[in-house]
Amino acid sequence: MTKSKPDKAKQNSIDNSRRDFIKTAGITSLLISSYPFISGCAANSQKPTIGRVIVIGGGYAGATAAKYIRMWSANSIDVVVIEKSSQFVSCPLSNLVLGGSKSINDLTFGYDLLQKNHGVQWVNDEVTAIDVATKKVTMKRGEISYDRLIIAPGVDFVYDTLPNLRSTAAQEKIPHAWKAGWQTVSLRKQLESMPNGGSFVMSIPKEPYRCPPGPYERACQVASYFKKHKPNSKVIVLDANPEITSKKGLFTKVFAEEYAGIIDYRPNNVVLEVDIANKIIKTDFETVSADVMNIIPPQRAGKPAQMAGLNNIDKRWCEVDFLTYESKLAPNIHVIGDSVSAALPKSAHMATSQARVCASAIVELMQHRTPDPSPVFANTCYSYVDDKQAMHVANVYRYDATKKIMRSAEGGGVSLKPSELEGHYAGAWATNIWSDVLT
Amino acid sequence: MINKKLVSSFILISSAALPILSIAAEDIVLSAPNLHIRTLAASCAACHGSNGNALAGNAILAGMDKNYFTAQMLAFKNGDKPATVMHRHAKGLQVDEINQLAEYFSAQEPTLATSPKTQKLQANHD
Repeated sequence: MTKSKPDKAKQNSIDNSRRDFIKTAGITSLLISSYPFISGCAANSQKPTIGRVIVIGGGYAGATAAKYIRMWSANSIDVVVIEKSSQFVSCPLSNLVLGGSKSINDLTFGYDLLQKNHGVQWVNDEVTAIDVATKKVTMKRGEISYDRLIIAPGVDFVYDTLPNLRSTAAQEKIPHAWKAGWQTVSLRKQLESMPNGGSFVMSIPKEPYRCPPGPYERACQVASYFKKHKPNSKVIVLDANPEITSKKGLFTKVFAEEYAGIIDYRPNNVVLEVDIANKIIKTDFETVSADVMNIIPPQRAGKPAQMAGLNNIDKRWCEVDFLTYESKLAPNIHVIGDSVSAALPKSAHMATSQARVCASAIVELMQHRTPDPSPVFANTCYSYVDDKQAMHVANVYRYDATKKIMRSAEGGGVSLKPSELEGHYAGAWATNIWSDVLT
Repeated sequence: MINKKLVSSFILISSAALPILSIAAEDIVLSAPNLHIRTLAASCAACHGSNGNALAGNAILAGMDKNYFTAQMLAFKNGDKPATVMHRHAKGLQVDEINQLAEYFSAQEPTLATSPKTQKLQANHD
């Protein structure tokens, strides 16, 4: 994870002059245009607009919401996305980087087409405060007001029980790689350097966490690499849950048949302590030595949701109205994607499905009309068990007006077995969702 | 980009003299059932692309004949047509929703979907 920093002095001087300008300009659309990267049509359009929606986060949820609000309002609502990264790196398929069949550069994209095709305005900055009362978002380099705010920050990691893993230095040694990026690359490099006969030890937090089948897919990907290149090596899975949380029957069979003697799955194993220097993990039952460690920390709603004080469920997740995704705590603020408290899997497809319900509702609400009272959407989630074969879990979810929740409709379920045909469809899923979200 | 056909099939313009491109949101009138189907249809995009314009060899739903769409979906729903995953979705939908999705997708103009270009991961990314 060696990173070369951009010219810091130059960057600072731009930031300072911009900050001064922002101070003078106040909270107007001038502020937005003071950011040099902004494209879009707000500045050059004579069209009447009916307000401004700010979206915090340009992941699957946020980018989708931004695009569909523009499309479904016939470009009548200004949309500004605040995103701290300048690139979109897909978590779906990132376990294949660990398996060796994909490169991180196959999963990395720009936001240029989303901005250009839909007139979405873009601020490459980090949110530092949200003022619910005055409807204002403060960033490191300025502030901006909204009519409605969408918070789509993904997950934040909780290090309360493993404080020594919090630092960047610790995560260079023990990457979580649970947000795709340099940590994914770093973990792959560690696996490549590991000798044949070594142990890869990974841990899974208690539910709910981002991407329920993801850890088991990861175990398969690493095992697939070991089977081909380091056949005496082991994958030890320490799962805090009592059993495999998603596609259980399928993963159990794959572990036992495809990866017999490689994957050692140990449920009910909560990690209590990690000795970084000596590569030792202590759980409530045992002490495990590792050559490569991958601790996936417990998770909660992303930081912007915490700043607005919206994580009211177990102090972790945000309670929303499933007709609009408006927070139950703050008016005019919507939360979508992994931060939402729901009996719904925290998947990329789910994030986009929630984003579209939210986008549709906001377009209606901003015209003082009623959103769809009975939303229905789909979720399809594929897991690769090696470099070619995949398997799905798929469901339609329907609004239950009595319980006011999204419930899985009849007919949902999983593949009979992993197959190359589904591996092909999993790849097509990625191609299509990237096209939908980013163009 | 706004698909003009989509706009014209779901928008009632308050004044007939207004050209399509100057429509403000106040002029857009979507009835509740169409809002429902529009959002449901959009959730198919993960595999079938924006407005049904799929890439990677998946079925292109935009402009698909509505009778063909309905027949396929009902065959998935009834188990008459083998599938890897589509039977899961078809079984979760009501027949009325399948009929309305058929109408919706048949009204979409087929356009060539694009893929975003891959990039090299930058050093300053997380």
